[in-house]
Amino acid sequence: MSLNIELIKKLTQTYGPSGNEDKVLEIIKAEVKDFCDDITYDALGNMICKKAGKGKKIMVAAHTDEIGLMVTHIEDEGFLRFTTIGGVFVEQTIGRRVIFKNGVQGVIGVEHLEDKKEIKTEKLYIDIGAKNKEEAQKYVNIGDSAAFAGEFIESGDRLISKAFDDRIGCYVAIEVLKNLKTKNEVYFVFTVQEEVGTRGAAAAAYNIHPDFAVAVDVTSTGDTPKAKKMAVSLGKGAAIKVMDRSIIVSPSVREMMIEIAQKHNIPYQLEILEFGGTDAGPIHLTKGGIPAGVISIPTRYVHSVSEMVDKNDVEASIELLKKVLEK
Amino acid sequence: MLLKELTEIMSASGDEKEIREKIKSIVEPYVDNVYVDKMGNLITCKKGKKDKPKIMLAAHMDEVGLMVKSVNEDGTLSFSPVGGVDNRILVSKTVKVGEKKINGVIGAKPIHLQKREEQQRPLDYDSLYIDIGATSKEEALKHVSLGDYIYFDSNFEILGNDYVKAKALDDRIGCNVLIEVLKNEYEYPICVAFTVQEEVGLRGAGVAAYNVEPDFAIVVEGTVAADVSDSVPHLVSTELGKGPAISLMDRTALYDKKVIDKIVKIAEENKVPYQFRRIASGGNDAGKIHLTKGGIKTIAVSVPCRYIHSFNSVAFLEDFNNTVKLVDLIIKNIEKEALI
Amino acid sequence: MDYKNLLKKLCESHGVSGHERGIYDLVKEEFAQISDEVTEDKFGNLFFLKKGTKGKYKVMLAAHLDEIGLIVKDIDDKGFIKFTTVGGIDQRTLPSQEVIVHGKKDILGVIGSKPPHLLSLGDMEKAIKIEDMYIDVGMSKKEVEELVKIGDVITIKREFRELLNDYVSGKALDDRAGIAVMAVCLEELNKLYHYHDVYAVATLQEEVGVRGAITSAYNVEPDIAIAIDVTHGKARGLSIEIELGKGPAIGKGPNMHPAVYKGLVEAAKSYNINYQVEPLPGPSGTDAWAIQISKDGVPTGLVSIPLRYMHTSVETANMKDIINSGKLLAYYIANLPEELEGHLCY
Repeated sequence: MSLNIELIKKLTQTYGPSGNEDKVLEIIKAEVKDFCDDITYDALGNMICKKAGKGKKIMVAAHTDEIGLMVTHIEDEGFLRFTTIGGVFVEQTIGRRVIFKNGVQGVIGVEHLEDKKEIKTEKLYIDIGAKNKEEAQKYVNIGDSAAFAGEFIESGDRLISKAFDDRIGCYVAIEVLKNLKTKNEVYFVFTVQEEVGTRGAAAAAYNIHPDFAVAVDVTSTGDTPKAKKMAVSLGKGAAIKVMDRSIIVSPSVREMMIEIAQKHNIPYQLEILEFGGTDAGPIHLTKGGIPAGVISIPTRYVHSVSEMVDKNDVEASIELLKKVLEK
Repeated sequence: MLLKELTEIMSASGDEKEIREKIKSIVEPYVDNVYVDKMGNLITCKKGKKDKPKIMLAAHMDEVGLMVKSVNEDGTLSFSPVGGVDNRILVSKTVKVGEKKINGVIGAKPIHLQKREEQQRPLDYDSLYIDIGATSKEEALKHVSLGDYIYFDSNFEILGNDYVKAKALDDRIGCNVLIEVLKNEYEYPICVAFTVQEEVGLRGAGVAAYNVEPDFAIVVEGTVAADVSDSVPHLVSTELGKGPAISLMDRTALYDKKVIDKIVKIAEENKVPYQFRRIASGGNDAGKIHLTKGGIKTIAVSVPCRYIHSFNSVAFLEDFNNTVKLVDLIIKNIEKEALI
Repeated sequence: MDYKNLLKKLCESHGVSGHERGIYDLVKEEFAQISDEVTEDKFGNLFFLKKGTKGKYKVMLAAHLDEIGLIVKDIDDKGFIKFTTVGGIDQRTLPSQEVIVHGKKDILGVIGSKPPHLLSLGDMEKAIKIEDMYIDVGMSKKEVEELVKIGDVITIKREFRELLNDYVSGKALDDRAGIAVMAVCLEELNKLYHYHDVYAVATLQEEVGVRGAITSAYNVEPDIAIAIDVTHGKARGLSIEIELGKGPAIGKGPNMHPAVYKGLVEAAKSYNINYQVEPLPGPSGTDAWAIQISKDGVPTGLVSIPLRYMHTSVETANMKDIINSGKLLAYYIANLPEELEGHLCY
């Protein structure tokens, strides 16, 4: 299988912080519309692509939003103060570039601090080069959101970019959607607002009420220098989630996924994430319980502007998801 | 004045009986249907000329307070907070305890007897206690019980000419806004939920929304205003005198930007002053309502209040009036501006 | 039924959050004898139904089946097992513990860490972090990998102990004591008449976010629900009001419906059961928190067994409190009026 690198690049580079996912949803819609029977949107903005069928009702969830910043105040001198959208490591943002929905770019600056430990959101600001408040307001206003800039690079087997979390999950879902051959009825849900609390997924699961659900997201790795111990590494295959803070995948679901991977010779690894959660969290507790699993793409430097994935893991995830849905 | 009556009632999270009965008696003549659900939320509905869209409005009836944790051997009471009470505001205040509302004082070690360093640190809940004048545990237990609610002893007053000071402006002022709204007639069916237990985790709202099943929801809160001396401009969440505050984002919800832009348009066209709630901390009933069942489009509009969650909060009366105006306009324009 | 023996069997069995299936057979067997129907929902929660004479309303009891534990995170080159926690385990209780690794078969292990003479003085002052601990099963990496894989759970090896004055101690009294309380209640109900259907539910995954409570309440749609859990009891060095041996602690506060609280207190008074009041001004930290806001709301109550040393492997309670909690619940249920609507009105 060869990956559609251009599509992956387009997905990661599109603007889409939580609450402003529409541009990403448009791109996905254009890719999948000829392969679904029905595309709908719910009250929160999730996009649901249905492939009709007679067998089990399965829901796939991949989130379209990325972390970002929201403008809360404009100083008289034209600097923008902000709050964070999702889990942003503020210490890592100084000097980085951000992009607004209308294409305006800015740089993140910081007040003078005596101690690095004092770095907090309220000491930071965005500089879009405006000379004063009036000029700034021509381009940006309070309530506008910005995404981080992080260009896409291909380097051998590895890909580097911002927002692989979870645009790579969306890509995996898109590839499977296009190539799926099954009698099951599958709902591919491109969810919103995952980064601010896995909010979109629960609403979608409530409406669809599937028999089974699979979330596709990223997970960290333990293969960098003096990393926190974790048995997941880049290039070792699709990660089958055992547990994170939002879900303990039921042993029977986990075993089922392992069996499928083994049967079809798909490289896989087992994942325990000690912090963080995914859309599967709220989904598996909806309406009296929905059996759910997670396929994770191993990613280094999650929530930075240079997340890194391995092409082999992406391919393995596509294969695994396809076979799980076809069962 | 209605706001005086509402704020002086003592009803904290889990003890909303009194405020619920008061609000019920006031709104009954203006609505078609009133009921109390399984959690104690008061739901009041009016039919409209049309059947849809169904709009839900919500304000919470509960205030923050304290609860008797234990009775000490010397007759004093140890207590815990109900909701987010800053322990630094408690010492040297008067309170009312239990159903009989007996008088109590939160005492402190006199300054003459304190060491230098002691004055630097606020007293935490383990060092605070209430004196009701009992001389023994046995005597105290004749008047209070474990689990009794304790209330801030604070009256409503007009401050200056146009400001009010009271406890519980969060969210009796929101309740007041919605009571005014209920007096009007609308084209669309509206249900106002006076919710319970917001302060201990947005507990009533989701259950209320589960029953009402609206197409659109508006939450009205009394929210934090930090426009005081020496405040850092970009950390000022809202300001008194600048009108109702529209929420952009908080810990529990990310509000729909497209809907917010339309509400701004409605406010500007009708010359109603407005501002944004410019911080992302805190949360309100919208957090639970928007995720109920298959999701509900929800916005939050607030009256700015200084010193919320303390004995004496302050608000500006014109902000209150403008909030009523804005909520009224949002309902009237819901179809015209395609808010859903 | 010999409740102490039941509790012993329950505590010496293993059911870490998310992996409770291992204890299903025991629980089903014991409860089949005292209930009319045994069922399971999609999430895995177990329901033991005791039918009432009228059956118009449902009373749900919830005690959680899961215990906190550890889980295999990695197997290093020397065959040592790296692990992380499932639920709130105090890391200070782990060094030098015997554990059971539940792999393809149960394997005995010991929790170890760097020996003291290799540590600096500063290091000795700090508690050992879980990152620095490992489980030694006495096998090579290859041998371990044949029996153990990532995701296998681990429990502390601890025998149930009887102390003086009817005190008992073991691992997982939180909340196997609650399961035992449900058994006492159902047996007691055999001697009483009760109008309403009683669903005694063994919920799953309470320790990681009251997940079983969320799903089971959705499925049962009870008219009243009472959670049964443990609460902190007075012990040396702690100023806590609730004491062991003084009876069940009845929760009071926003998480509890006033009519349910009142009903429990009245039942205790009528039947001369010593009880204690537990003021809970906010979240109760139990299944009751999730059940109360299920669907359109559920009138909820909480009965707690006083417990010392919670979340260690030597949790200690008094059998009398456990038995009296069960009896209290039975009397409460038997005392409920036939028509619940007015009874639960605000």
